[in-house]
Amino acid sequence: MSIKAQEVQTKQPVNSNQTLNDKSRPIFDVQDLNLWYGHDQALKNITFQIPEHGVTAIIGPSGCGKSTFLKSLNRMVELVPTVKTTGKVMYHNTDIFSHEMNLVELRSAVGMVFQKPNPFPKSIFDNVAFGARMHGIKNKKKLRELVEKSLREAALWDEVKERLHESALGLSGGQQQRLCIARCLAVEPEVILMDEPTSALDPSSTLKLENLIHDLKKQYSLIIVTHNMQQAHRISDKTAFFLNGEVIEFDLTTQMFTRPADHRTDDYINGRFG
Amino acid sequence: MSSHANKTVSHDEEIKNLKKVTKEKLTQRSFKSNVVDYVMARLFTLFGSIAIIILALILFFLVREAIPAIREIGLAEFLFGQRWYPSSSDPGFGALPFILSSLMVTTGALFIAIPWGVFTAIFIAEIAPRRVRETLKPVIETLAIFPSVVLGFIALVIIAPITAQVFNLSNGLNAFTASVILSVMALPTIISIAEDALKSVPRAHREAAYALGASRWETIRNVTLPAAMSGIFAGMMLGFGRAVGETMTVLMAAGNAIDMPVTEFFGVWLPEFLQSVRSLTANIAIEGSDVPWGSLHYSALFVTAIILFVITFIVNLTADFLMARQRRKMGHE
Repeated sequence: MSIKAQEVQTKQPVNSNQTLNDKSRPIFDVQDLNLWYGHDQALKNITFQIPEHGVTAIIGPSGCGKSTFLKSLNRMVELVPTVKTTGKVMYHNTDIFSHEMNLVELRSAVGMVFQKPNPFPKSIFDNVAFGARMHGIKNKKKLRELVEKSLREAALWDEVKERLHESALGLSGGQQQRLCIARCLAVEPEVILMDEPTSALDPSSTLKLENLIHDLKKQYSLIIVTHNMQQAHRISDKTAFFLNGEVIEFDLTTQMFTRPADHRTDDYINGRFG
Repeated sequence: MSSHANKTVSHDEEIKNLKKVTKEKLTQRSFKSNVVDYVMARLFTLFGSIAIIILALILFFLVREAIPAIREIGLAEFLFGQRWYPSSSDPGFGALPFILSSLMVTTGALFIAIPWGVFTAIFIAEIAPRRVRETLKPVIETLAIFPSVVLGFIALVIIAPITAQVFNLSNGLNAFTASVILSVMALPTIISIAEDALKSVPRAHREAAYALGASRWETIRNVTLPAAMSGIFAGMMLGFGRAVGETMTVLMAAGNAIDMPVTEFFGVWLPEFLQSVRSLTANIAIEGSDVPWGSLHYSALFVTAIILFVITFIVNLTADFLMARQRRKMGHE
């Protein structure tokens, strides 16, 4: 037991040295993350470092734990009452599962966009202003500026500026999804998690959203779960391949899609299973 | 060879025969099922229509019996008159004391039942662990099936003495006591409709709020409650309808004195909750049993029944409208 623990300890510094040499600081340093739903283990010994800025794609067949992994990064997974986790996810030198981590701060810094667009049944303006208002901003001018800035960043401003006070439910699916992104940007996050953000959208809305993702990655760290391999190839810088709750391979996207190191990755990418 | 040919013919014929029989049976069967369909459809229509016809007949009967009093006395006297002496030599037909008493007792009940019911609904829908929820819901539903006379009796022997003691009155049978017991009766309606409205708010809305850093209370206050508001209002309206039409409990708890249930304060009427009052429903129950048939008094009671009917009708219509809006808002069109 003690020997094993020592091994882990000696291994750890080597890893972090490597990242320092890589020059890009990781935004999430996932260390030996395990997760159970009741007695079913959904994530097994996940250890890898997600780089700051850029797009990290998470691919894998359904049920492989990719969504669960994404939801553990902002601890949304804890909404399921039977969840248990072990291991660490370091975010700015704090383990997100530790007591020092403030859940409100974590979720403001790590925003999330869901599979199905889920705007509130409120006006477009109120949707975007929701987080800011909740966090105590009351100044109307400030709110207006924030809403405009967020909508511009989400490439939605020109389409909705004439009808900010109409219901968000009147927007098309693609517009609703960009509104959800604007709502998320308005709380000024550092990371944006996206759970299959285009799976409910038509091709032209998907294209718009992918262009938006391309623009956003300069300023934010994006982590995107997708079941669409072409999409992962198009939009991501690095890709993690999940299978049965484990990370099989994590590498530069170009590397992984041309010369995968593991034969299972190769099989999945080339459609031999999944 | 010939026997073989014979056999073929008979075989062909057999098949032909079989086909014919099948076809006949099919025609018979389809004829039969057509008849059944026709009859059943008519039967359902008939039962549906009977319900509507009965309702129309009740309305017709109410109006027919009320017309003589309205002709002779005038609707204004009923709605605004303050004296109710239907069989005196100087008769008065003012139903305003009853109308005000009914509204007052009901409003008082809602003052208690709305916060209590809405908080309970939030607790059940949003906070309670599954085990607690599964015990609490049947308990509340049991409250709804209590015979009203039992609750009236409880008001009579438990609540009224307490009211008398707390407010230092000689008699605890008054509007306040009636409000308290009526609030218990309106509670199950409010809770179950409000809970349905909260449950109809999609999970995705809550998840979105949590993902933006909202706490559970912030999510309830800023997302779930506003989204469920029309449904909750509908629950309140139906609770109102339940309370305003209730007879036996009010009859037993409110004291039944015919008087304006108000005190005048600088020209403004203030409700007087510690006074014995008589509601529209209680008055019909009390006077209806020994009123001479066909008299003016008899007809006047029907006018008060119509007033009651109009109040509950408007309230129920509003509730229906609000519930439809709730469904539309949540996208369950």
